[in-house]
Amino acid sequence: MSGTSDDLLEPLRKLLAFDAAKVALMFLGIWVLFYALGDLRGFDLAGSISLIRRVTFLAAVYAIAVLALNIQWGYAGLFNIGVAGFMAVGAYTVAMLSSPASGTPSGLGLPLPVGIIGGILAATIIGLVTALPALRLKADYLAIVTVAISEIIRITYNAPAFSDITGGASGFDNLPTNPVRTLLLTEPGSVISEPTAVGQVLFSFAEGYNIGRLTVLNGVYTFGTLLVLLLVYLLLERAGKAPFGRVLKAIREDEVAARSLGKDTQNFKVRAFALGCGLMGLAGILWYAMGPRASVVPTNFRPELTFYIFIALIIGGAGSNTGSILGGALFASILFEAPPVVRNLVREWFNVSANPANMIEALVPLASGNFDPLAGFLLANIDTLRFIGIGVLLVILVQRRPEGLLGARKETAAAVDLTEDTRPGGRRSSDVAADGGGETSE
Amino acid sequence: MSDTNDEDVDVDLPEDAPDPEEVEPEAADSAIEEGAKEIPRGLPLRVEGLQKSFGGITAVDGATFSVEEGSLTGLIGPNGAGKSTTFNCITGVHRPDSGDVYFRGDEITGVRPHAIAQSGLVRTFQIARELDEMTVLENMMLAPGLQRGESITRSVLPGLRSDVVDQEMALREDAWETLEFFEIDHLADEYAGNLSGGQRKLLELARALMTDPDVMLLDEPFAGVNPTLEDKLLDRIHELREEGLTFLLVEHDMDLIMEHCEHIIVMHQGRVLDEGSPERIRNNEEVIEAYLGGEV
Repeated sequence: MSGTSDDLLEPLRKLLAFDAAKVALMFLGIWVLFYALGDLRGFDLAGSISLIRRVTFLAAVYAIAVLALNIQWGYAGLFNIGVAGFMAVGAYTVAMLSSPASGTPSGLGLPLPVGIIGGILAATIIGLVTALPALRLKADYLAIVTVAISEIIRITYNAPAFSDITGGASGFDNLPTNPVRTLLLTEPGSVISEPTAVGQVLFSFAEGYNIGRLTVLNGVYTFGTLLVLLLVYLLLERAGKAPFGRVLKAIREDEVAARSLGKDTQNFKVRAFALGCGLMGLAGILWYAMGPRASVVPTNFRPELTFYIFIALIIGGAGSNTGSILGGALFASILFEAPPVVRNLVREWFNVSANPANMIEALVPLASGNFDPLAGFLLANIDTLRFIGIGVLLVILVQRRPEGLLGARKETAAAVDLTEDTRPGGRRSSDVAADGGGETSE
Repeated sequence: MSDTNDEDVDVDLPEDAPDPEEVEPEAADSAIEEGAKEIPRGLPLRVEGLQKSFGGITAVDGATFSVEEGSLTGLIGPNGAGKSTTFNCITGVHRPDSGDVYFRGDEITGVRPHAIAQSGLVRTFQIARELDEMTVLENMMLAPGLQRGESITRSVLPGLRSDVVDQEMALREDAWETLEFFEIDHLADEYAGNLSGGQRKLLELARALMTDPDVMLLDEPFAGVNPTLEDKLLDRIHELREEGLTFLLVEHDMDLIMEHCEHIIVMHQGRVLDEGSPERIRNNEEVIEAYLGGEV
């Protein structure tokens, strides 16, 4: 690659195009896979699209949460294992602010945008409050504090004492109206009500393919989530590929060295932590406070959620924003959504009807050459078994490729290109030119 | 254990260090008297009655010395003499139990390390602390103080980012020049973790220089460096001195110190044993005693 040294932005553009291609290719692959799975199960087009829509939505919200974690852990090395708690703060705050007063528990009925901004701010502020004392601790202690905070948040929301505000264990039964419904329907509460002008266009187009209104509504919401994902990505790319991100990386590598160079590391850590928590709040809002999976109950925000997001980040490669999207989407689709679909498929194909109650009932018939009970047992428990699969994958990953999909890539944190030889005067020795072009050198 | 405590002390330091206003005029006056000549800014560095103990061990026990403008001052002493602790007290890594540190006449005792570095007093470490998983050029561009793009808003918002990019281009140019000065420009795109020991020392010095310091404290910059590279480093240090930088150097190699420093401070058991010209130090019986008789 022998780009002219005048056009400094050219390699950057190339790189971005490359990443966009990667992400697009991955989504395309996921869509094709699930279309094929749906097709094999005998779904019609509408059914397959509905399946694809569901997977895409989960991939997008996961990717947003993983990106938020990446700025904290991937960049600054802040070991936050309270992700679920900050997502809960976002979702609950929206529910409290914008739920109608008629529901149980009654919300304040404020407009949804106010609720969303309030939710992000609340997560940011809780992040700040946690960060101020906790970021003075070393990594492992910070981890303990954050997981504790996350549980305190969940248990507080769960507590009967606050059920007038939070709904206690049963959560909110009347969440704010999905904004897409407001956009497409004249009566957002009823799917069969008269559509708005925009709604009319979309619904009648979809009807041509036999696609129902609910799928359209959820599809538009999913598309909106993808747009938010893009915005979050751009935000974090710009913050990361700048002196801000550079100082965060320096803190991850050696905080004492960063301090000795005049960087107020405490200040940077607090800001990175608060930014990440705010975005986790946003992910919580999009995921749980509205849209197709809307449900604000404490059980959504158990620590497992944090671990899933960590696994997704490890798969994608900590420190890489593009990797975060890949990791989040692949985790959500291949590891989380695909197994149950495959289970149904196998059941249908092989006509597995046995459903033994336990392992012994599944294994004993093996002696007489009957594999059916074991197959039935495995299929019935695939929701649990997939976590064994995820565990095995993690072990392999940590042994074979600890840096994840894109973690090994040289992503320099600067607002200008640092990979080319950009010496003033354009002097360029041949040995530098040789390795000047590859951004993937390891 | 003590490590954790240090960390706490370091972080908990109040920013309201004793009001420098009261001390400043006096310190500045004495600086002029003591031979900083016509330079009105005061002595680059003055340490008075510095004391620091860890548990029962008194690492620094009332050290008093000053560093002259534009000098290359050597700080020597046997192991355990308190040199590194003195460095840490000066640069804010440790808070001294008593005693004061003045930088250009301003008291900086107990000021947080980043603030001291920002004011122009920058250190390097005995074991080079380059940032392994960042490239050499990234390491270099990290250092300059208070960059525009350290603000999230400025980095992110479309209208403001062009300022950040402009500054980054200028910084990159500075970084290249400094790398060329230290003759490690061919390594710019290499991860710092892949550098050899000597190259790391060069990078550490080059990076510290990127902060545009006024006074540099070098903690054993030649440890583990081969003679050729050592000469190169010394050449650079002398060149920088001619440009007006002041150096305080901790070093074990007596010959090197005697040859290159015009002023030498000898520490022993936490105190300043003697200070003065190389001749004076060379002929001081106590110094010889400390080096030969001490628990090296």
